[in-house]
Amino acid sequence: MSMVGDAISHSVLPGIVIAFFITGSMQSVWMLVGAGVLGVFTTFLIEFLHRQGKIQTDASIGVTFTWLFALGVILVTYYAGNTHIDQDCILHGEIAYVPIDLLYTSSGYPVGPKAVIVLSVLLVLILFFVIAFYKEISITTFDPSYAQSIGISTGKWHYLLMGFVSLTTVASFESVGAILVVAFLISPAASAYLLTTDLRYMLLLGAVFGVISAVGGYFLAYWTNGSIAGAMVTVSGVIFAICYLIVRLRK
Amino acid sequence: METLIEFFSFKYPNVKYVVFGTILLSISSSAVGCFTFVKKKSLIGDVISHAVLPGICISFLISGSKDPFILIIGAFLSGWISILVMNKIIQNTKIKEDAATGFSLSVFFGIGILLLTFIQHSGNAAQSGLDTFLFGKAAALVGKDLIAFGMIAILVLGTVLALYKEFKLISFDPQFASVIGLPTKTLEFILISITVLAVVTGIQAVGVVLIAAMLITPAAAARFWTNAFHKMILLAAFFGVISGVSGAFISFTAPSMPTGPWMVMVLSIIALISFFFAPGKGILIRQYKRFVIQRQLLEENLLKAFYKLGENENHPKREITTNDDKLKRSFSSNQLKKGLKKLKADGYIIATKSGWKLTQEGFQKGKRITRLHRLWELYLTKYLRIAPDHVHEDAETIEHVITPELEKRLQELLDFPTSDAHQPAIPP
Repeated sequence: MSMVGDAISHSVLPGIVIAFFITGSMQSVWMLVGAGVLGVFTTFLIEFLHRQGKIQTDASIGVTFTWLFALGVILVTYYAGNTHIDQDCILHGEIAYVPIDLLYTSSGYPVGPKAVIVLSVLLVLILFFVIAFYKEISITTFDPSYAQSIGISTGKWHYLLMGFVSLTTVASFESVGAILVVAFLISPAASAYLLTTDLRYMLLLGAVFGVISAVGGYFLAYWTNGSIAGAMVTVSGVIFAICYLIVRLRK
Repeated sequence: METLIEFFSFKYPNVKYVVFGTILLSISSSAVGCFTFVKKKSLIGDVISHAVLPGICISFLISGSKDPFILIIGAFLSGWISILVMNKIIQNTKIKEDAATGFSLSVFFGIGILLLTFIQHSGNAAQSGLDTFLFGKAAALVGKDLIAFGMIAILVLGTVLALYKEFKLISFDPQFASVIGLPTKTLEFILISITVLAVVTGIQAVGVVLIAAMLITPAAAARFWTNAFHKMILLAAFFGVISGVSGAFISFTAPSMPTGPWMVMVLSIIALISFFFAPGKGILIRQYKRFVIQRQLLEENLLKAFYKLGENENHPKREITTNDDKLKRSFSSNQLKKGLKKLKADGYIIATKSGWKLTQEGFQKGKRITRLHRLWELYLTKYLRIAPDHVHEDAETIEHVITPELEKRLQELLDFPTSDAHQPAIPP
């Protein structure tokens, strides 16, 4: 399912533009809603084309997300005169601007950077979701037919999980851009998966790798004067390479 | 209409460049796209297109120039390396294909973004415009681009034509290809190389993200119209050409509209129409077929139930009340409502005061289905030695598809039986 994350991160673009067009504001909440709706629609369309149209998954993913992305770009250009959104910012994102966009209380007192608050709330939600429903998620993921036979609804947990994937993607790409979100979804998890087969260790190790990439990436970006998100992904790639070497040498 | 004539008269050299550029690009990318499609590796195009960025940056850093040919060499190399990395991960670790695809794509792109921003912040004045490689500039193609596109299109299409049979074999059945002694590794190498080449050129026109569509979408749409591979390639190329011309036309009439995204939009619309309406494989025609079959099954099952109800009473054409317990147990109320209406319309039953009655035709048909059911049950128990309590379900399905010829053979084989495994009579 990794490539579905990639698809979602691109296909939310029209949702964001439409949300902006309807509400006329750059308020993150509406953008999140618009993006969330499109994210779910994307997963639905991919499944639909695969099941009903009998199109192989790779092609149904490819057709769906490029179509929606093209639609998004067309909408952006159409409204280009009066928005600040452009495909540049959606593809790249710039984490360095995060501290500038502050969230204020009604009395005008700054609470903190908007992205940091949104992502913290999301982190708490996801941690709660994973810890509280660890058993359900892991059973439905690893052995859906067994899950169904003991009465756990696979569809419900699948869409909940995908919902969180879309939320995470959308909330992050303001900072790191649509494509690099995918790297953060896949790379730490894949590195951890190389080293362990226990899902619990994998979750922990993935989180640790994520933190190392973030901190290491920041310093790499500082040093090269380059994009922070790009540097973080580069570090996560290096971590994967190291894990790969460890596994290959052990054999 | 006037704009259409103006457009196709190619009065403006720019229009000519854009139209021919996009046509060349569409044809070569749809052709290679068909191969990646049948290999179920459609997303390879997406990986390559993202992975060229580090190559472009590095070749710029080394050469210090933006000469398209130097950049293309760098792009080609890093596109190739990304595929190599992806394949190594799939081969040597337990990581699955989709995760390896996403990893390769995003990490290469991340490195590329780091390098690109590094170049941009380094204060080198020559760097501006390096990012057109990311978003494409179909509407701003010039003569020089056209020559490059043309050369690459000829190279790609020439290779596909020359090695068509071999490519087809390694895509559909790699094991067989290697058994008959084809150099699969070399062929694979050439096929991936022309794919990378097509993607690298395409990016300059439609951008990193949308080039994936130029490979996948025409192939997926064409697949719905034909089963022959050569027809699929031709059709995909045709769809590509339509999208190229209409994309160019749209941005000609509305200059603010981007050519690349409109090309993909047109392609996607063609694909969606194919998915839904293509005869034979389209979603709608398949749904309709399923609906017809389900209705036929319901009709036949109802007639059988009517016949059996009468048979128990020794009064085959007796009246069946609308709230008969047996009917209600076997059919939902919705099924009963729809099925009975259809049966009446077809003249198999007639309405009476408190229910329904079989007509002569309905009686014959119900009898035939019951006979087929019981013949099949007998056949299964007698010849395949299946226990009598296991044969009912199987007979339920097959009774609807047995042809009169097969029915005759069955009767001969079973020596014109009069009773079946469960002992009820087999109607003549």
